Amino acid sequence: MSQSLLTLLIFIPIIGGVLTVACGEQRHGLAKWLALATSILTLALCIPLWTGFDASIATMQFVEDYAWIEAFHIRYTLGVDGFALPLVILTAMITVLVLISAWEVIDKLVAQYFGVMLILEGFMIGVFCAMDAMLFYVFFEAMLIPMFLIIGIWGGPNRVYATIKFFLYTFLGSVFMLVGLIYLYLQTVATGDPSFAISSFQSMPLTMSAQVWLFFAFLMAFAVKIPMFPVHTWLPDAHVEAPTGGSMVLAAIMLKIGGYGFIRFSLPVTPDASADLAWLMVALSLIAVIYIGLVALAQQDMKKLIAYSSISHMGFVTLGLFIAIALAFGRTTLDAAHLAIQGAMVQMISHGFISAAMFAGVGVLYDRVHSREISAYGGVTNTMPWFAALMVFFAMANSGLPGTSGFVGEFMVILATYQANGWVAAGAALTLILGAAYTLWMVKRVFFGEVANQNVEQLKDINFRETVVLGSLAGMVLLIGLWPKPLIDVMQPSVEQLAHQMTINKVPRTIKPALAPSP
Amino acid sequence: MITKGLLLWIALAPLGGACLAGLFGRQIGRVGSHLATIAGVGISCVLSLYVFKLLALDAVDPVNMNIYTWMEIGDISAQVGFLVDRLTALMMVVVTFVSLMVHVYTIGYMRDDPGYQRFFAYIALFTFAMLMLVMSNNFLQLFFGWELVGLVSYLLIGFWYKKPTAIFANLKAFLVNRIGDFGFLLGIAGVLAYLGTLDYATAFARASTLNGQTMDVGFGGYQIEVVTAICLLLFVGAMGKSAQVPLHVWLPDSMEGPTPISALIHAATMVTAGIFMVARMSPLFEMSDAALSVVMIIGAITAFFMGLVGIVQNDIKRVVAYSTLSQLGYMTVALGASAYSVAIFHLATHAFFKALLFLGAGAVIIAMHHQQDLRKMGGLRKFTPITWITAWVGTLVLVGTPLTSGFYSKDLIIEAVHASTRTGSGFAYICVLLGVFVTAFYSFRMLYLVFHGKARWEDGAKDDHHGEHDEHHHVVDANHPPKEPGWVITVPLIALAIPSLLIGYWAVQPLVFGDFFAGAITVNPANDVVAKIGEQFHGPGAMALHGLMTPVFGLLVLGFASATYLYLIKPELPGKIKTKLHWAWAILDYKYGFDAFNQKVFASGSVGLGRFLWRWTDQGLIDGVLVNGTANTIKRLALVVRRMQSGLLYHYAFVMIIGLIVIMAAFAFAR
Repeated sequence: MSQSLLTLLIFIPIIGGVLTVACGEQRHGLAKWLALATSILTLALCIPLWTGFDASIATMQFVEDYAWIEAFHIRYTLGVDGFALPLVILTAMITVLVLISAWEVIDKLVAQYFGVMLILEGFMIGVFCAMDAMLFYVFFEAMLIPMFLIIGIWGGPNRVYATIKFFLYTFLGSVFMLVGLIYLYLQTVATGDPSFAISSFQSMPLTMSAQVWLFFAFLMAFAVKIPMFPVHTWLPDAHVEAPTGGSMVLAAIMLKIGGYGFIRFSLPVTPDASADLAWLMVALSLIAVIYIGLVALAQQDMKKLIAYSSISHMGFVTLGLFIAIALAFGRTTLDAAHLAIQGAMVQMISHGFISAAMFAGVGVLYDRVHSREISAYGGVTNTMPWFAALMVFFAMANSGLPGTSGFVGEFMVILATYQANGWVAAGAALTLILGAAYTLWMVKRVFFGEVANQNVEQLKDINFRETVVLGSLAGMVLLIGLWPKPLIDVMQPSVEQLAHQMTINKVPRTIKPALAPSP
Repeated sequence: MITKGLLLWIALAPLGGACLAGLFGRQIGRVGSHLATIAGVGISCVLSLYVFKLLALDAVDPVNMNIYTWMEIGDISAQVGFLVDRLTALMMVVVTFVSLMVHVYTIGYMRDDPGYQRFFAYIALFTFAMLMLVMSNNFLQLFFGWELVGLVSYLLIGFWYKKPTAIFANLKAFLVNRIGDFGFLLGIAGVLAYLGTLDYATAFARASTLNGQTMDVGFGGYQIEVVTAICLLLFVGAMGKSAQVPLHVWLPDSMEGPTPISALIHAATMVTAGIFMVARMSPLFEMSDAALSVVMIIGAITAFFMGLVGIVQNDIKRVVAYSTLSQLGYMTVALGASAYSVAIFHLATHAFFKALLFLGAGAVIIAMHHQQDLRKMGGLRKFTPITWITAWVGTLVLVGTPLTSGFYSKDLIIEAVHASTRTGSGFAYICVLLGVFVTAFYSFRMLYLVFHGKARWEDGAKDDHHGEHDEHHHVVDANHPPKEPGWVITVPLIALAIPSLLIGYWAVQPLVFGDFFAGAITVNPANDVVAKIGEQFHGPGAMALHGLMTPVFGLLVLGFASATYLYLIKPELPGKIKTKLHWAWAILDYKYGFDAFNQKVFASGSVGLGRFLWRWTDQGLIDGVLVNGTANTIKRLALVVRRMQSGLLYHYAFVMIIGLIVIMAAFAFAR
């Protein structure tokens, strides 16, 4: 089994999804159970993936390699390393919870919803496992289709605008990446070893100007995805219109694909351009943390607020990744760079759980009251004490409270950033104040106070199904917060390899990166 | 032997109690909840006393051990572990003892509250968090405990979550503390960057490498000593947690929480975390005169000016809160004068007498049926004799009457500042001296207004509620006079009154002038003011005797006399003075304008800025202008899509797949 474990992880959900859709609306009960069973089977397959993974080496594992489109040397190559493994597992976990959270909530085209979710899961796992650039691209684009459907069919009243904005943004971004990939392929053709393998792109020598062009091509794709300022405005709209499950997947996993793209492509393929433009990325990251944090403070809609909060938190991912490249130069030890990359990765995983929980929580309220407006609530604690307790916990995690996973990544990134530039670290650390302000102010207005109105008066506390979803997420948030070491250890060899790739100059370099500290 | 198991029991027993009461409160009931948490904290307290005995009396070596590795990246590692030396052991005893008293007291105080179990879960959780903070052997766990006590403080201030003032106060407290933590976290980052470790022992051992190191401020070519920068950043954290000006604003508002937690968290333990932290970091702070000067000046400002505000407060808890601010200022001044042991000494005595005063205030509030306004009290001494006597004890100790523990700890602070030659010590000396007068004045004012003079509740209540006496037992009036609360309330009062009186006499010599904190606190010999004043120390009795002849005692008597004259002998006079000196009263009543400024500039300012950025940049510039071109296309596309809006999945998927194929084909031709 282990020879084709990754293929199974990709295609079991896809086939399961197709079968679920095939159940049809008449048998939607069967469809739901089939979908849930498929997602649990996929998660179960992650167990051999975790236990069989050798955390002492950086090379790709569980590799599968078959010819696919031979004319263009496109191969079906799969593998996972320390970066991909946790993201694959995250995807499998979140999908199970998304299906559970949708159980009684989705009331139209039920079978299709569950099926599309599963197909989406397969595509996302495919993105993380693809070692061939064109395979990556296919999954990367294919992933848009189910998400487009999820927002477009099961979304809110303004879903058409949101879907199109979402689709155009991400599609426009990825087209540039496609051009970049083709350029890189043509380079391999020129060197006589034609290939779409990501590893061959990573080791290919490139001139500085080529690197800069490629860097921006990748940036277009991944900056939209993660998203970074100023190409972030699709996210709040998409979240507002998306159904709860769509928002959970979008925030928990799809945003991570942007960060993953930087790790797979931008940093190792164009290390010199990345180093030269690190200042730009760091500046945009700080804008994400501070500017978006302020914007989040002004939101009236809970989903928009959490969406902006996501963008702000993703600022730590890009900050960690690009401050690492400044820390990778002219140092006797790469520990600080490792710390920064690890911080970025932990932040991604952690945000996967916390944002999923926050959106699931909004979903819980929306299912009962049918409003996402903060002002429609007040004093929810009075009628839903357990739910309130869980949400205060997640709010604290979102504010980066130590002991929760939300703290770990931010802490590591701030600590590492300080070693490159104290002022940048100070800017990033403002999240301690801003993050707490927008999150807890929302908590205050929604959960505390007297019962605000009739709707709140009639609220019923969370049922077993909702408790399972929020409780499992809380468990993961707490586990990573109290003991991040296993997660960090499994990533460490790959992190070291990435930091090493950052230091390999593809062109002779004399200028030190703008943000590198004076020795 | 201090074993790992022993320390784990101390830290985790309260957590166990908290989990039981918090998660299964409904199942185990009210009695079960308070028994579980009291058992947890009780175990912790007894074992802490045992550890203290081992370290202090049996001279067992301090222990420093790691429990587990939190993360490890190359040479950078973060552990969870315990460092237990005499400084820690003293804090453990103070924390667990006061916590235990507060637990017992809570049985009475929260008797009728529907959130009974939740309350016990919180205070037990707090005890765990505070123990993690003081027992930590590294910066990560310190920060964990630091934030976790902040969380519990947030939950407890907002315990009555229906009360608008309470939920305003808890958000404010959390955010102001976060401003402190912002600096604190950067300080920790600085420690890691320049000392390469998060472990206390390693960091302190490497501290000397910072000597003479400077760093570029980043603009204007200014240089700052690295160690000064790190110490100042760490101190910003202490300013938040220990409520030093200008980050003090949250503490008076925190009085919105139930009184037991005001005693436990906002007087005795959590707010002293900053003092403890600076003492713990003494090897670093000792290297920077500049940082210690700042510490001393900030502390002096807090000690004097916050005490002044206490004079005009009419809410019994707020008077005690401003008193706490002022006393925290005293401790901070002591830190700034390098008299760390004196600061810790005052921390310990303050924990006992301030907890006593707060719990006494709570007893008054219960006796008065939740009336907190001093103007509606008076003459309570006849009705609540135990509360009255313990309040007198607390007051005498707080103002620093010779022989009481407050005298020893406060007098030593004043002498230490006097002996200090550090920049700012002159100013600080004046502040702490005048502070003695102010402390005596507000303390006796409160005492008289509550327990002495005319019973102002008799007539006032009659007017308001006449004829409704039978139904409204919650109103205190002539027919329903205040009643002393039961033993669960009075026993903790007595249990706290005894150490408040005696502990100073007994502990001053070993704690301050012995080498009790050797190894835990580092003092540069050139700064050692404690050694200097120690030369004149000839036993606690002689010190008390000498204390009667100092200007400090004169100021105390003056404060006592003025308060007695104004509030006992001529109670109509304060009103007249208030009218005459209205401007001065207004400044104090306005609390120097900190709250108004913060509210207008920081709170409204950042929300306004956020709204502006959202409207104009996000929606206006990015969406409006940049995406607009695309938006028109979208509109046209939307028309097409709307027609396809039949919900037919296959249509969409088909279109998408066609699209993909087209891309692949285009790519094939590109060859």
